[in-house]
Amino acid sequence: MFLEVTLSLLVGFLNTVKLFALTLLFSLPLGLLLCLGSMSKHKALSAPIKVLIWIIRGTPLLLQLLVIYYGPGIIFDAHLWGSGDSGRFTAALVAFVINYACYFAEIYRGGIQSIPQGQYEAGKVLGMTNGQIFRKIILLQVIKRIVPPMANEIITLVKDTSLARVIAVYEIIWNGQSFIKSSGIIWPLFYTGAFYLLFSGLLTLLFNYIERRLSYFE
Amino acid sequence: MPILEVSNIEKHFGETKVLENISFTMDEGTALTIIGSSGSGKTTLLRCLNFLETPDGGSFSVNGQVLFDAAQKKNFSEEEIRRRRLHFGLVFQQFNLFPQYTALENVMLAPQLSLKTKAKTEHLDVKQESEKIRENAKELLDRMGLSNRMDNYPHQLSGGQQQRVAIARALALHPDILCFDEPTSALDPELTGEVLRVIRNLASQHTTMIIVTHEMSFAHDVSDRVIFMDQGVIAEQGTPEQVFEHPTSERTKQFLQSYRK
Repeated sequence: MFLEVTLSLLVGFLNTVKLFALTLLFSLPLGLLLCLGSMSKHKALSAPIKVLIWIIRGTPLLLQLLVIYYGPGIIFDAHLWGSGDSGRFTAALVAFVINYACYFAEIYRGGIQSIPQGQYEAGKVLGMTNGQIFRKIILLQVIKRIVPPMANEIITLVKDTSLARVIAVYEIIWNGQSFIKSSGIIWPLFYTGAFYLLFSGLLTLLFNYIERRLSYFE
Repeated sequence: MPILEVSNIEKHFGETKVLENISFTMDEGTALTIIGSSGSGKTTLLRCLNFLETPDGGSFSVNGQVLFDAAQKKNFSEEEIRRRRLHFGLVFQQFNLFPQYTALENVMLAPQLSLKTKAKTEHLDVKQESEKIRENAKELLDRMGLSNRMDNYPHQLSGGQQQRVAIARALALHPDILCFDEPTSALDPELTGEVLRVIRNLASQHTTMIIVTHEMSFAHDVSDRVIFMDQGVIAEQGTPEQVFEHPTSERTKQFLQSYRK
């Protein structure tokens, strides 16, 4: 039984990890675009992005999942996501990417704005181009500053993936829960916790390593 | 011919006039100090010369070449501004060293980057040029008394050492005129001495310098000319003897009086 449960949970966990990895893959760069857009001098660009960030950060991710999955069909009669497992997975991925991109955008913005103006000016008076100033001076300092809040957010993402089950994406909790109906046992559901712990533990080690690697300067 | 000619520089932030009618010249190999109370426009003037602020009026030229003229409303390309500002070097009150680089790397960074850019269009022995940059940086740090601190990161250095690295970093680009914006104001009293000593040395080697400072006796000793600024205008200028010992303007007298107490 234990082996059977473990295998089933592993299958679900694979989906969890897939959702996690794909969300990061798309939301990290999208967040940067949103960040740069929200800091733009052009109101026409920055205002809508700020509203988007406000809405996404101001409403539950659970609700966003439902709206993105059912919304297009109900409001526009457009069945965007196709049917079946892959359609639901795609809808969940889109919801996660938008949600996390908004949070990352705010973390990036905080990091960029925390760099003193003097760093830019020092680069300028030394005749560097804006690109050189960003790549050679600012970037690494921003990365150092955003590692702790990013680690927080990314570890939250590990656990947030479980919300995808609300639109029937077969992730690990879904699989664990299904044993209640099929075999009348609840421990597989509790057992899923071990998978999350292991995964977030590994991520914690990774982020600690990155923090240590960047601790040579202040 | 004077190395620097500044005429009628004006700058306002909104309604407030920060600089008005600023005109002066300086000769190559001399040191000019600018004194005056906080908010008198000294720092803004340096920032204008270094293209960190754009004056609203007036012009200035280096070696006869007009670098800025408000009358010619031209939008210069970034590239052009970069080339023009390299006539000047600037040492900041807050040092502004790059924290992720060692002292030596801080000094080498800008010359290395400009070498890379040059190598794209010209045929250069990059390796040899790069070695020259390293040697020059080491020599500069050595002159600053930091030969045993080259591989330290800024946070491992005292304020005085950081400021000396910053001076070396500015010198590495061989500016025509080196500007100092209150170079010792962020330092503990016991650390100001070592930085002032370095600047004195530069003066004795006839480095062309503009120094904004609150260190009056230093200004008296080191400079060839002194400008006293008050509320955005030059209230008095002359040799240190003229300004410090025989000031003519009431404001200069008051200002100097407050330092004697």
